[in-house]
Amino acid sequence: MKRASWQEYQKDIADDKYYYARSCIRQNFFPGSERAFLDILRGDLGRDVMDDPIHTSCTGIGYHSDVVPLETIMTVVARQFALMGEAGYENFISSCITSFGIYTEILSTWEEFPETEERTREYLYKATGRELVKPRSLAHTSDIVFHFRDEIARKAKRKLVNVYTGRPLRVVEHIGCHYAKIFPKSGIGGSEFPYVLAGMIESWGGEVVDYPERRHCCGFGFRNYLVQANRGYSIANSQKKLESMSPYKPDFIVGNCPGCSMFLDRWQYAIAEMEGTTYGADGQGIPVLTYEEMAGLVLGYDPWELGMQMHQVDVEPLLDKMGVEYDPAAKYLGRDGRYIGKPERAAVNNGCQRAIYDIKL
Amino acid sequence: MGKYFDMLLEDIRVQEGLRSCMNCGVCTGVCPAAEFYNYDPRQIVNIVLTRDDDEIERLMRSDVIWYCGECMSCRPRCPRGNTPAYVIQGLRTLSQRLGLFVESEKGRQQLAIKRLIGDNILRTGYCIVPRNVVPALHPEQGAVWEWIIDHDKELYGRFTPVYGSDGAGALRKIDDESMQELHRIFEVSGGKDFYATIERHSERKAREMGYDGADDDYMMHTYTTNSEQHY
Ligand code: SF4
Ligand code: SF4
Repeated sequence: MKRASWQEYQKDIADDKYYYARSCIRQNFFPGSERAFLDILRGDLGRDVMDDPIHTSCTGIGYHSDVVPLETIMTVVARQFALMGEAGYENFISSCITSFGIYTEILSTWEEFPETEERTREYLYKATGRELVKPRSLAHTSDIVFHFRDEIARKAKRKLVNVYTGRPLRVVEHIGCHYAKIFPKSGIGGSEFPYVLAGMIESWGGEVVDYPERRHCCGFGFRNYLVQANRGYSIANSQKKLESMSPYKPDFIVGNCPGCSMFLDRWQYAIAEMEGTTYGADGQGIPVLTYEEMAGLVLGYDPWELGMQMHQVDVEPLLDKMGVEYDPAAKYLGRDGRYIGKPERAAVNNGCQRAIYDIKL
Repeated sequence: MGKYFDMLLEDIRVQEGLRSCMNCGVCTGVCPAAEFYNYDPRQIVNIVLTRDDDEIERLMRSDVIWYCGECMSCRPRCPRGNTPAYVIQGLRTLSQRLGLFVESEKGRQQLAIKRLIGDNILRTGYCIVPRNVVPALHPEQGAVWEWIIDHDKELYGRFTPVYGSDGAGALRKIDDESMQELHRIFEVSGGKDFYATIERHSERKAREMGYDGADDDYMMHTYTTNSEQHY
């Protein structure tokens, strides 16, 4: 009986031949992660991934901040699907949770309200002359990494283990609301037991941290971050999570959604500057990784080639714990290997007074 | 009675997200906006269900409908299958179509979002590009972000061969033909009309508030003003 109910939370994930849709947020804040995803899929796993030079944004941030109408985003999404069809692919994968939620929602809306699909086809044809082709499968890029987690474990150069103590690293995973709260069946483990990141962490030797606010929103809240006057909402929600996780002493946070990962990183900076509070060991911040960075480190990639110098919270304490060999100076090199200077120092990396981390549970 | 209710029901999200409500308050219990603002999604659902035009109009003129973060945490939780967030999306869309959004501080911010995100989509093909996240408007992005923006070509160049230029890869320039297609999509599907509606009502309100129209000053006013009356 238990087995049968768990089956409901599984999802079919295609094994090869993917059409890759990039993410505005991920390429802005984690361009190294997008590159690592392609390198891992193509290089380490030998898969075929189409990186199309002509797809656009899904316009999801405009949609969820209510300036882009539903009919418009549906037509933009229809164009992405049409491009996939024209390129000869059927398995659509998206690098962003906001987009993934939108693709899932629109496919489902077309099923439930067929007249909306009809209208979208007409708009698409009228605007571009293209024909809508619906994907055979739709997945988030983390679903793909999850799908290959055992293969990645077999090729691992390092594990999610503290090399000094031999104990598993303690990892907070943050799923991102739009991964499975809109359509629970669209995500591995549904909205109740999201397993997409936990599965990777367990396969690669780490330990998943459970804590009270584990499923709370990161606080992006679209218009609540986009407009300066509203950002109190955003930082307050991130703070709630950070306060809740800190006493469990996580070694790092891993995010499913590029937006959540960025916010959990940046708001630690802001809170440290504003109040002198930090949430990690030694009065420092908790490093926040993308799952591509986590997979990349496991597979032996160089942290600066993964783009981890673009984080606000320093990742070196984590790299040291994992036994990653790296050149500290290479963090500050530009594309031609030239030194480009260092960022200003920040309280979140320097050791703060008020550390929640040391509270005894 | 019921005029606005019928208009709301033309939106398929409202059709999908609005059934009867048993006032259990579960949506409010999980809602991050309810925790932070004086906001209660249960009440929104209830007000809409009254079909009372005056009450619904009051909602569409107020700050309340703009507090929701569209996180969708309420969607899988409602025992009656409601999605309060879909009702909110319907109210926000109608409030903008009718020009009522400019009557509240939070509603007026739609102009800033339209210009910062909406126009950027039609300019670059992306919701955001690094240079939009200007450190002066985003102090919370921190010291590393400032360093990134100061050395953007050097840093992005490490990860993408096509930063701001043609070809496949992160942050590529979107080709002219694709941009034209995007513009035509916005034309035929009503996106451009919707943008124009936001501008038109903002222009009217800005003049009413003593600005020379919906210029940058007015936009920055909507972007930065917080009356602290929301909690
Ligand atoms: S979508 Fe809006 S109403 Fe629903 S839980 Fe999130 S913030 Fe609250
Ligand atoms: S969870 Fe559903 S039934 Fe309960 S108050 Fe909210 S909308 Fe009404």
